[in-house]
Amino acid sequence: MLALLLILIPVATGLATFFLKQGNAAKLFSLLSSLATLGISIGAAICTDKSAKSFQAPFLTNLGSSFSLSLDGMGTILVLLTGISLVLVFISTYKNTYKDPSRYYALMLLSQAGLMGVFLATDGLLFYFFWELALIPVYFLCSGWGGERRIAVTFKFFIYTFIGSLLMLVGLIYLYVLNPGQSFSLTSLYAMKLSPDQQSVLFWLFFVAFAIKMPIWPLHTWQPDTYEQSPTSVTMILSGVMVKMGLLGVIRWVLPIFPYAVHEYGHVVIGLSVVGMIYASLVAMKQDDLKRMIAYSSIAHIGLMCAAVFSVSELGLQGVLVQLFNHGVNIIGLWIVVDAIEQKLGTRKMSELGGLAITAPSLAILLVIMSLANVALPLTNAFIGEFLMFNGLYQFSAWYMAVAGLSIILGAVYTLRMVQKVIYGDTNSLTKTMTDLSLNQKLILAGITVLIILYGVNPQPLFKMTMDTVHTVAQHI
Amino acid sequence: MSQLVYLVPMFPLIGFLINGLGRNVLPKPLVGIIGSAALLASFVVSLLIFNEVRTPGFSAVTVNLFDFIHVGKLNVPFAFQVDQLSVLFLLIITGVGFLIHVYSTSYMHDESPSSYARYFAYLNLFVFSMLLLVLGSNYVIMFIGWEGVGLCSYLLIGFWFKNADYNYAARKAFVMNRIGDLAFLIGIFWIFAQFGSVNYADVFSQARPGASAHVLTGITLLLFIGATGKSAQIPLYTWLPDAMAGPTPVSALIHAATMVTAGIYMIARSNVLYSLAPATQGVIAVIGLCTAILAASIAIQQNDIKKVLAYSTVSQLGYMFLGLGVGAYTGAVFHVMTHAFFKALLFLGAGSVIHAMGGEQDIRKMGGLRKFMPVTSITFLIGCLAIAGIFPFAGFFSKDEILSRAYAHNPVLYVIGILGALMTAFYMFRLYSLTFAGKFRGTHDQEHHLHESPAAITIPLIVLAVLSVVGGWVGIPEFMAPNAHVLSKFLEPVFANSHVAAPPGEIAASTEWALTIGSLVLIIGFCTWGYMKFKNFTLAEVKESTGLAKILENKWYVDELYDAIIVKPINWIAGFLNNVVEKLGIDGLVNGVGKLVQYGSRQIRLLQSGQVGIYVLLMVIGIVVLFVLQLFFPNLI
Repeated sequence: MLALLLILIPVATGLATFFLKQGNAAKLFSLLSSLATLGISIGAAICTDKSAKSFQAPFLTNLGSSFSLSLDGMGTILVLLTGISLVLVFISTYKNTYKDPSRYYALMLLSQAGLMGVFLATDGLLFYFFWELALIPVYFLCSGWGGERRIAVTFKFFIYTFIGSLLMLVGLIYLYVLNPGQSFSLTSLYAMKLSPDQQSVLFWLFFVAFAIKMPIWPLHTWQPDTYEQSPTSVTMILSGVMVKMGLLGVIRWVLPIFPYAVHEYGHVVIGLSVVGMIYASLVAMKQDDLKRMIAYSSIAHIGLMCAAVFSVSELGLQGVLVQLFNHGVNIIGLWIVVDAIEQKLGTRKMSELGGLAITAPSLAILLVIMSLANVALPLTNAFIGEFLMFNGLYQFSAWYMAVAGLSIILGAVYTLRMVQKVIYGDTNSLTKTMTDLSLNQKLILAGITVLIILYGVNPQPLFKMTMDTVHTVAQHI
Repeated sequence: MSQLVYLVPMFPLIGFLINGLGRNVLPKPLVGIIGSAALLASFVVSLLIFNEVRTPGFSAVTVNLFDFIHVGKLNVPFAFQVDQLSVLFLLIITGVGFLIHVYSTSYMHDESPSSYARYFAYLNLFVFSMLLLVLGSNYVIMFIGWEGVGLCSYLLIGFWFKNADYNYAARKAFVMNRIGDLAFLIGIFWIFAQFGSVNYADVFSQARPGASAHVLTGITLLLFIGATGKSAQIPLYTWLPDAMAGPTPVSALIHAATMVTAGIYMIARSNVLYSLAPATQGVIAVIGLCTAILAASIAIQQNDIKKVLAYSTVSQLGYMFLGLGVGAYTGAVFHVMTHAFFKALLFLGAGSVIHAMGGEQDIRKMGGLRKFMPVTSITFLIGCLAIAGIFPFAGFFSKDEILSRAYAHNPVLYVIGILGALMTAFYMFRLYSLTFAGKFRGTHDQEHHLHESPAAITIPLIVLAVLSVVGGWVGIPEFMAPNAHVLSKFLEPVFANSHVAAPPGEIAASTEWALTIGSLVLIIGFCTWGYMKFKNFTLAEVKESTGLAKILENKWYVDELYDAIIVKPINWIAGFLNNVVEKLGIDGLVNGVGKLVQYGSRQIRLLQSGQVGIYVLLMVIGIVVLFVLQLFFPNLI
């Protein structure tokens, strides 16, 4: 029942929000909705009763599909992330005004519903359905509330993800045809014995779809544009939560079903991921726009996560699972700072900033903390994940790890460059006018700081939460 | 008592939190008291623990706090290890650290209250990180402290953040350290892969001579690369001289009590592994010696009081690595200790001078300060004597121990080592002479302003001066007085296994006497030379330097070299990727596909002409394609 509520609340409130006439009412209503969803997701994380965490109902029975939801460790941590993210986004942008607020908030909530579905679905067709449901509101949000180039960028984003979705659909149908049980259910797919050739074809169909979403080099070019042009609140959801759809896809829908292909093509995928890490880190060094810099930095981080997934080592996988959560929280923290700067000064260009440590000390301190998490300093949450992921990658191949490790150095270069350009130095005529963070932003960032330190010092609860997913994968691979 | 060891890092952490969170409300005197008291409390606890550790028969204690990372076979407890080595470092860090904190209360007095609190918060965090580094009972906890001191040095070097140069220096320090950190990290993974654990106790008990020699060589080399970053050795030393952009007490902290000694600690801690990897030891000895000579040669031509001291640190660290390389672990740790005393003294003395000179750091514009600042002058002189290695000052004993062990290893190492020691004697007394002797060469305003520093500054100087005299007496060599090397006996349990694996070479006492006296005479000669040559220096003598002097003044152009072969190429590649590949290559490809689709759809639209014949044709083509697929890939469907 909890599982169903996680989807039902945002769907119902999202649809209701469309009809709210008053902007402020929509704002408050959606905040309350997100708080309720967060409450349920925390409940789901604590709850030990298995039956409460799954749900089953008939749905397109003739096609062998059913409406089945279930929460495993990875699902739980991502549901928690989704629940927290929306709250973070809504509170930190509470003072922003958006045109046509009821539609904006409704779309945000619908997107959340889609995300929840993606993380919960244990039926292939249902998974596909929610995958699209999560994306469609984002197209509208990006094209309706984005920056100057929003139409062209949304189109590019759409083409990319649409191609990915199509490939996945083809793969799903093919898988269904091959399945003697004529079913889309995850358990029956896990039981399938596929030949190497079949696995190879299916693997690439699914992987490309997920790789676009993550994104993996060289399929990443939609991302910096989309992050830059989307309203920052949408960017937060995109980068904090949506990229995790791709990783979840690989861990739940690729590794256990196509073990042969994973071993066969692991090198290729890890190679692409590692190249992407270095490539994105180098390009990030040259960005002037804060959003684009963070976008490239995120590509590098996701590359490591993908590489660690395909290292199929226990440590690497466990590292990815905690990083799914930690990366999401941290990057939202960075976006909140960027949003605060942009809302007040109207620019995101590092070359036009500087000296914010003088005029906005709280913002400066919090940006430094978020940046340290971004470079995975020990005792921040990101270190735990990166340490395990690099360790897993090392077990796969020391050389891949050594090359990928260069991103540790490059990450420090571009992140500290950003810190220096934004908060250090003397103020200029523009940044002299800067004021410090508002109370709601301070509260949210302080909360994120607590999460960063808490899970950086004591990550054990996150391991416990997600351990079963590692075991499931280990059984099938 | 050793069970309470967690108190030692806890006090500075609390100090950091109070001063950091209360920076806008706490009054300045209170901030200083909190910051210093935290260190004093840690020092007292360390003393109590030391008292327990020094009892005969004490064996290492591990204090488990909680499970940090426990995944599958990897178990990293958050645990501290109390033994002779860690407790010695505790005393150095908290003791010298405390004096630096007291000194800072006066030195940083012109800062605004919030930035004063920020300073003390960073300082406490720095000490906290360093304490984690030496207390950890496994490599991961060491790594936490390792990166932590990197962060704190970044924050403190760039403390005056309005200055762009300082920010660059801070970034340079952090990035260079990270290069070393990556090697360290890979080393940790390798250790885990090889030994199935990262805990010292498990790793060292499994390390044996024989089969895994090349693995141990690889691991120890990676750890050593990490150490070259933190401890400023070739090739990663160039950040340390720039790090003096931070406030002067911070330099004292970085150069004496924390940070740069981390690399020495790491290798001394892993001495079992290093003794089984003689190839690595050779590399360490050579790198250490080269660094000692290179840095000493640069120091001869520097005119900034802090730069001279910075290069002297790099050089002295080189000696410590030479010691580690020839298996003189006790000697290296001994030199860490004496160096902590006299280098803290010298930096704090330099701070006192800079304070009096109103921020001036160029020693050519000083001179004659002896008259105005007697305490600073005398204590600084003691520091110079100690670092030059004059009997019976602290530096003499530790340096002599390292060099005589180097002699036993290979006389060539000894000769080159002495060469560096002579340069040290020369440049330190050049520094002293230019600063304190002769006539004052600054402006009239400055002269009017000259004064001895207040008690909060002079008292730490006096304490450190006393330590710089007597600090070496715990390590009197065997040939002078039998069984007088207290430190060696104290540390024996830590290095016992290494001494079994690679027994130290013996030199005859008569040779030792000859070497010691000979080198002392030479060093005294060079001290006098350096002093006399610059005693009557006048600004008129300042001219464009040429030849070797110019090369030394420009630090052998190493920064320029790195810029040309590393920084610029990486920047160029990054620019190329950003401007060309990203815009034209990949994105161009994608946009091209987009255009192709648009073009294609316009064309394909024409296919829908309503003519049944074409439809049939397309259908046939489709069937043929499926047929061919089936033929060649029968397993697909």
